[in-house]
Amino acid sequence: MATCVKLKVNGKDLIATLQEFYRSVVASPMADQILAPMLPANGSMVMPTLTEDPDMLAAADPLAPSFPLNSAKMVCRLTRTDPGGEIAAVMRPCEIRAFVELVKLKQGSFDRLLIIGMDCLGAFRNRDYLKFVATNGKDSSRQFYSQALAAKPDADPSDQLAPACRFCDQPTAANADVVVALWGLDCEQEIMIYSQSDKGARLLEALNLETASLPDARERYLQSLTDKRKQLRQQMYADTTAATGGIDKLGAYFCACVNCYNCRVACPVCYCRECVFVTDAFDHEPSRYMAWARRKKAVKMPTDTIFYHLTRLAHMSLACVGCGQCSNACPNDIPLAEFFCTVAADTQKAFDYPAGSDPRAKPPLTEFREDEFSEIVGID
Amino acid sequence: MSEFDPVIIAFVCNWCTYTAADLAGTSRLTYPPNVRLIRVMCTGMVDPQYVLKALLEGADAVLVSGCHPGDCHYINGNFKARRRIKLLKEILPRFGFDPQRLRLTWIGASDGVQFAGVMNDLVAQIRQLGPNQAKLQMVI
Repeated sequence: MATCVKLKVNGKDLIATLQEFYRSVVASPMADQILAPMLPANGSMVMPTLTEDPDMLAAADPLAPSFPLNSAKMVCRLTRTDPGGEIAAVMRPCEIRAFVELVKLKQGSFDRLLIIGMDCLGAFRNRDYLKFVATNGKDSSRQFYSQALAAKPDADPSDQLAPACRFCDQPTAANADVVVALWGLDCEQEIMIYSQSDKGARLLEALNLETASLPDARERYLQSLTDKRKQLRQQMYADTTAATGGIDKLGAYFCACVNCYNCRVACPVCYCRECVFVTDAFDHEPSRYMAWARRKKAVKMPTDTIFYHLTRLAHMSLACVGCGQCSNACPNDIPLAEFFCTVAADTQKAFDYPAGSDPRAKPPLTEFREDEFSEIVGID
Repeated sequence: MSEFDPVIIAFVCNWCTYTAADLAGTSRLTYPPNVRLIRVMCTGMVDPQYVLKALLEGADAVLVSGCHPGDCHYINGNFKARRRIKLLKEILPRFGFDPQRLRLTWIGASDGVQFAGVMNDLVAQIRQLGPNQAKLQMVI
């Protein structure tokens, strides 16, 4: 059962309104603590922070264009075993999608979790965000959301947004228990919150707010926004496919890779405790390098770069949710999100498995059917 | 110019295809020496990484060969392998690897003749296809 309520925005201050909403969530019987993006006491990078203290929520800044990490991994830390209380988590849509994948991989659980989703306005890359804050100070988040909400849905997204956000075609919070709706609403006056699950409906009932119904304008806005984003995404697929269509081009694409493996550390769905690429399987004997250099005429060091990226494609592209943290983590600005999203679109289509969308769908490599893919068997 | 001599890495399962290779040997059937067999307990344990490593190191083709559907010693490892090969076939061609360079076959333990036939055909096909470009690149 879906319910929808509205929240009055006092003094046009959307952030204070959301903080007040989070306080009411923690005060309700539905949550003991809340994980929300908050400004630290010192410093300007907004980080997921767990609290039960209503006063602490004055630091909550959920509309900052800051996305330092995919919080799905943090929510897994909070839910991998019974936390002994109810937790609410404020998450971006791509964080929820990643969490759905991680739950399937038995890294976390929905059991004692209430997910608060939101119409996602996107975020900047870390270094761009820090520059933005340095210029605009305490007013940064308000400036960002005012501009983002005033933009036409079919306009080109701001250049400041991270590439993955610019071509994100799933900016609404599927699989959240409740969703804070912003688009298509007059956010200076009121915002709406609607539930997508029984748990979410119970929360909204407990909060005892005025019921409302989502305006048609929201649906139209979303349609227009996702149409525009899909178009940008298709263009991105085409560009990336052209830029990587051959082993030589692939080498050029990754020529700045220094094998730091930050993209894998930042990737929410790369969940192995120990990646094979840091095991001693890759501590090659010195004589191996000399043999490679002899056989291939020259060998770039560090080695195994393309091998690493292709292996990652095989290991995680079926679970890639397109959050763009790989690009955010790359010290040398390799367009990784574009690369992974482009290939993931193909692999996920081949198995009819849009990652992160259906909590009940099994990951493709964990199941099989007896009568499938017969066309790939045989050598004729 | 001598004829191109391809290198083919074959991951074969212990219970069916490797046994078929044994049978081909004891039956004195001949097949080209271009195929390097790597015995694994089941095709279900062939991580996509093994295939990628072989192709990037310069193998001209990779063959994964296991039991016929229903015959897997571990009940369903071959079906799992098929999904992994399907995944790799979605990934590799976009980077210039011809789909023919990655093959999956089912060869039962008693199919010694079929084993020799498949190896002959595969080597002929890859010879015609020419060398894998990755061999000539610096990339690993």
